[in-house]
Amino acid sequence: MVWTVAGGVPRSRLIGSADAATTDFTFVQISDSHLGFDKPANPNVTATLQEALNDVTALPQRPTFMIHTGDITHLSKPAQFDTAAQLCGATKLTMHTVPGEHDILEEEGKSYLNRFGAGSKGDGWYSFDANGIHFIGLVNVVNLQGNGLGNLGHEQLEWLEDDVKHLSSSTPIVVFAHVPLWIVYQDWGWGTADGAQALSYLKRFGSVTVLNGHIHQVMQKVEGHVAFHTARSTAFPQPAPGTAKGPGPMLVPAGELKQHLGIADVKLVSSKAPLAIIDTPLAG
Amino acid sequence: MNGSLQPGATARRLMLRRALGGAAVVLIAAASRRALAADAQVVIDNFTFSPTPLTVKVGTTITWVNHDDIPHSIYCPDIKLKSHALDTDDDFSYKFEQAGTFDYMCGIHPHMRGQVVVQA
Repeated sequence: MVWTVAGGVPRSRLIGSADAATTDFTFVQISDSHLGFDKPANPNVTATLQEALNDVTALPQRPTFMIHTGDITHLSKPAQFDTAAQLCGATKLTMHTVPGEHDILEEEGKSYLNRFGAGSKGDGWYSFDANGIHFIGLVNVVNLQGNGLGNLGHEQLEWLEDDVKHLSSSTPIVVFAHVPLWIVYQDWGWGTADGAQALSYLKRFGSVTVLNGHIHQVMQKVEGHVAFHTARSTAFPQPAPGTAKGPGPMLVPAGELKQHLGIADVKLVSSKAPLAIIDTPLAG
Repeated sequence: MNGSLQPGATARRLMLRRALGGAAVVLIAAASRRALAADAQVVIDNFTFSPTPLTVKVGTTITWVNHDDIPHSIYCPDIKLKSHALDTDDDFSYKFEQAGTFDYMCGIHPHMRGQVVVQA
């Protein structure tokens, strides 16, 4: 299935009928690889990550880089980070990452920062420019408060406000973070408590695309100029909000797992509209 | 009867489990239920602590066991209690030496809440 977000209206079509009206610039989002997870929901997450990366390599248009929206590992173990670096590195694509809560379980997050934090600030946030787009990687998995929601915190919010101050309002913005920036489902902590404040700094921009992971399923929402999107995991699916006792890994019938895993390919569409996002499952 | 399990029993149970694997776990579960007078257990299942609240006497060692396929931790700011991340079937024990009501949460998923009431 192809999802495009154009003119503020998400539409879905079969993959064969995708528009060709795109520029040369594409990038890929992968998420929630959970390396080290070995339970029945997916006993071989290394293989499914490899399969997802094979799909990335096989894309008709080679992406400019790859974004990983966190939970790279399951338990922040050195061997798990090493496997991720090795597999993702083999694509020869630059990888921009933000940590998930599973990546900061050891050494107060240092095991993540030592590997992926070069050039970042605070707990690992940063921004960069590519093809006229301003990319912002945010960290919303540190210092979680009692409400259980994701948290950006005062220092990061101040940095964000300052980071976008100098940009013209016509600059397309892509924000990526692990936990959804909007409140998907509060009971399971699926949202970011101070996400609305972060978005208030981006209000004046004509095209804002927010990419998240964490919930292991595709969800989309458009509000004004802001398109929100969550990616599939490459490891295991999680239930739709409120449909299970808890948000743990979801067991699916044998043979159906790969329909629930996948990657997202993001294209810059030459218009004022938000970017087009194509979610591709590993199978089905 | 197993009601006279002494402090240190948790460590012995752990060694037993490592030595004997799955069969031992069943025995331990049975032993744990009988040992509640001396020790107490909180089980984590489906992102929920159970039982909660849990009322115990001062000096009781509480053991949390994670049965989820996702890691959890025990975080109680009031007494600066912070466990490591508990992977599936990992456990963590803490001896409560003072009376009081202690609210705790999962340090990784803070919407998971629990409470321990320690009576003098």
